[in-house]
Amino acid sequence: MAEAFKFELVSPERLLVSEQVESVVIPGAEGEMTVMAYHAPVMTTIKPGVVTVKTAEGKEERYVVFGGFADIVPAGCTLLAESAVAVGDIDRADLTRRIQEAREDVADAKDDQTRSKAEQFLSQLTTLEGAILPA
Amino acid sequence: MPSLKDLRNRIASVKATQKITKAMQMVAAAKLRRAQEAAEAARPYSERMGAVLANITQAIGDGGDAPALMTGTGKDDVHLLVVCTAERGLCGGFNSQIARFARDHIRKLLANGKKVKIICVGKKGFDILRRDYAELIIDRVDLREVKTLGFVNADAIAKKVIQLFNEGGFDICTLFYSQFKSVISQIPTTQQIIPAGVASAPADASNGGNAVYEYEPEPGEILSDLIPRNISVQVFRALLENAAGEMGAKMSAMDNATRNAGDMINKLSITYNRQRQAQITKELIEIISGAEAL
Repeated sequence: MAEAFKFELVSPERLLVSEQVESVVIPGAEGEMTVMAYHAPVMTTIKPGVVTVKTAEGKEERYVVFGGFADIVPAGCTLLAESAVAVGDIDRADLTRRIQEAREDVADAKDDQTRSKAEQFLSQLTTLEGAILPA
Repeated sequence: MPSLKDLRNRIASVKATQKITKAMQMVAAAKLRRAQEAAEAARPYSERMGAVLANITQAIGDGGDAPALMTGTGKDDVHLLVVCTAERGLCGGFNSQIARFARDHIRKLLANGKKVKIICVGKKGFDILRRDYAELIIDRVDLREVKTLGFVNADAIAKKVIQLFNEGGFDICTLFYSQFKSVISQIPTTQQIIPAGVASAPADASNGGNAVYEYEPEPGEILSDLIPRNISVQVFRALLENAAGEMGAKMSAMDNATRNAGDMINKLSITYNRQRQAQITKELIEIISGAEAL
């Protein structure tokens, strides 16, 4: 049994999770990472993806986040997400709309740098869609 | 002297008005509670955001290449004012208070030879400022269709501002909104959002605040991602404060209106009763004097 630590998932609209957890999987900008107690201090931006939280009671909860960043210190982990919902509550139409918007961004991009950024974002979104919507 | 029938009609109409204002007051009270809850729910995010920002700016240090959004353009010639007001009236002096505050500010800036641009959020502020400074208003944001204020609304405004900044449209951006103090008191406030003044990190040893962070990707990159987001958060907070303030102001305004209507009904009823009594007395006198004459 791993030691528990404090995890908080905050979106601008509300505080979603604030509890003792065993481990959290965060979709970091440079790869997924699992955070456990006494993690070295790290600050990372996150890409659209699924956050998997394993609570101290052994339950597993999954949340979809769309970008944001994580602040990890030995005592705990705070995830500031631009928008976050539990996987069960995900709105398929909303996701489709976001993908559509991302496609438009790619089409509208004026220079290579913004285009590659937009394309990257789009691919992250489609991966996410594949991961949570099996149908 | 109005007739009895006129008085009756007036009493009925004032009563109807009173019912409406009473209902509006109750609606405002319910909405106020919701707005307050929303404002409270948004607080953790902006607090953490502030802490993280402070932390990261400290890590980069003064010599670092902080993004332009933070350091500004180094000039203060063109000012952008984002004036946030309500979409609807009937809330006492709420809108005019913010507008007056903004107007004083604009006058001062213009007197100092600065250029001013205005973005109006909310219809009421636009209506008021349009009278004097129509040529300065470059944009307006309409939130009338919005039922519950979401982060996306704030994000859209922030994106507009940032885009304008990147195009070199202004040097300093200030946010005007009303700070919600209590139901009866809202204080018009300004807040400079570009360049963003970040408070230095408080020495917070309890959560390892002084520890050396590892950054993924580079601190500068995170910061350039963080600053625009922080601006959205500030705008969001301002909108939420405003929403709560508007409802508070509306509640007390409608409470006053209801009470005024009550007073008016009382006065009208007294006049009505007196006049009825006078009429009865008059009729009695007529009958009696008629009988005596026989």
